[in-house]
Amino acid sequence: MTSEALPVSTGIFRVDLWWLPRALALGLLAFIVFGPLANLVVWSVAEKWYFPHALPLEYGFGYWARVFSPRGNALESLTVSIVVAVITVIVSLTLAIPAGYALARLKLPLRGVILLAFLIPQAFPNLPVYVNVARLFYQIGLNGTIAGVVLVHVTHGLVYAVWIATAAFAAVDRELEQAARSIGAGAWRAFQDVTLPLAAPGLMASAVFVFLESLDEFTGSYFVGAPDVNTLPLLLYTAGAGGNYQVASVTALLLLVPSVGFMLAVERFLKADVLARVGH
Amino acid sequence: MALLELDRLDVGYGTTRVLDRIDLAIDRGEFVALLGSSGCGKTTLLRAIAGFATPSAGAIRVAGRDITRLPPDKRGVALVFQSYALWPHMTIDQNIGYGLKLKRRPREEIAGRVAELSAMLGLAGLGTRKPSQLSGGQRQRVALGRALAIDPQILLLDEPLSSLDARIRQSVRHEIRALQQRLGITAIHVTHDREEAMVMADRIVILDRGRIAQEGTPQEVYNHPASAFVAAFMGAENRLELKGRAVDGHFAIEAGPAHAACAIAVDGRVLAGGTVDARFRAEAACLIADGDGDGDPPAGLDLFGRVEHVTYPGGLWRHAVRVGDTAILVDAARAVAPESRVRVRVPAEALFLFEGRGGDVRDQRVPAPEL
Repeated sequence: MTSEALPVSTGIFRVDLWWLPRALALGLLAFIVFGPLANLVVWSVAEKWYFPHALPLEYGFGYWARVFSPRGNALESLTVSIVVAVITVIVSLTLAIPAGYALARLKLPLRGVILLAFLIPQAFPNLPVYVNVARLFYQIGLNGTIAGVVLVHVTHGLVYAVWIATAAFAAVDRELEQAARSIGAGAWRAFQDVTLPLAAPGLMASAVFVFLESLDEFTGSYFVGAPDVNTLPLLLYTAGAGGNYQVASVTALLLLVPSVGFMLAVERFLKADVLARVGH
Repeated sequence: MALLELDRLDVGYGTTRVLDRIDLAIDRGEFVALLGSSGCGKTTLLRAIAGFATPSAGAIRVAGRDITRLPPDKRGVALVFQSYALWPHMTIDQNIGYGLKLKRRPREEIAGRVAELSAMLGLAGLGTRKPSQLSGGQRQRVALGRALAIDPQILLLDEPLSSLDARIRQSVRHEIRALQQRLGITAIHVTHDREEAMVMADRIVILDRGRIAQEGTPQEVYNHPASAFVAAFMGAENRLELKGRAVDGHFAIEAGPAHAACAIAVDGRVLAGGTVDARFRAEAACLIADGDGDGDPPAGLDLFGRVEHVTYPGGLWRHAVRVGDTAILVDAARAVAPESRVRVRVPAEALFLFEGRGGDVRDQRVPAPEL
């Protein structure tokens, strides 16, 4: 009897003990994620807040009005950021789909080296690279244009796009494609009807990464785009550097909108099994 | 004229040659099984016909048309994959109808043909499901339906039953065979399962290391194996070395320490004399315990030995008998106690004799019988 009762009681005991570290860990995680966000929200509605007060002295939406006023440039920057990000996604995927397919399917020599080559833009310190890029773009008239900024963002985003696209195509069983060929589909038709739809979740995932990277990119945009192409991070930088935390906070919150929106739109395509194949 | 002709076909990957000068002709409406152990090249041969493996030499012709260099979609042959390769993002109806959609048939015609095939294959009512919602047997039938929908000139089946469990496999064998005969399809079926090939095929082609070891009806390859490899593959796994010589139409086996002398009709075989490789099946031999009368077992070779142990795999008792320095397996309706002295009578027509003493290497390539 006792031998049967004992494991049950220790089981309950163990569960009780495990609650504490779990709750603590979850609480800490929530704080790490939401703490800075809460701080941003508070700052964005603080009309008057100075040391040593723990909370703002006056609340109001004055700074929101200022940011959204015609002179505030926020909506214009938001539009520029989204346009740049969308074009970057389109260009990156246009390059990454054939590249990923080739890397996944064909027996390319030096496949690993090619995959690593896409990492090179990330391997060097950003600043000297972009200073030189800016100089070069200046000579050929790309400085201060959307095209110039997109080009910089594409080199940056291509590593995610190509790697994830390669993984997505590798995850599609070759026999599924051959089955289509066998009953009369040409190579292009089989790709369109079978391979592409099955790789779509992975391609969506790579689109998310490229979009978020582009939205967030600062250094390249600063050297190549400013002051003509004013993306949201540049606006944020200007406000933050000027010591205006309220405007910076409102801009930062604004920056969250397209990221969260895009994430939600493609979240259902992001599947763990696709991401797990990255690098295979 | 044969529907499919393979003319001195060589296929290789890199420097390794997988298929070596394959000559084969298959008639319209014929069901041919390509039988062999893993690595013998049978799947490569099927993929070469389907267009997924490129021959380095030789030609493939379908109804007189050379298709050796044509892409897979222009060949008019349909391959059913071992993995079924159903498209997970399409419904069952879409999977089956895809080939017709490619041919730009009107929508009503596609729907009608899909419904007809679904009914024939017992898939009615499953049309809107996705492949992941079906059982293994149902998926197998969808794969078959998808290939049949385009009315291929030749249906290629790559071990289509190997991922089904043993009980379903038995019935699906007969279903596929019945379907093939009803529709008059020309089919090539790859398998490593001897019984499956015997039950389903009109003709069996046994492949060994990229060459055709023998082709013929199931009865021919079973009862008249052309080589020691084929004999072993077709289940004649008991092996003895005997000495003898050919004497006017008969092969006279000399008496040895554990067997009596006897004469076996040569029956077209080429046997020069000296040491021969003798093979027979466990169920073909008769076990006669000492003291039992002669009974009247058919004439043949008598072996003398001692029962080592007895097992019951079902139906018959299987005896391991030591004859001289080799062990053989003999089936009998009644169990004979271990340590008994016994006589094993191998009927003349069940004793396969081959030139030389080879076969040791090949023996290792014969898969264990499936239980």
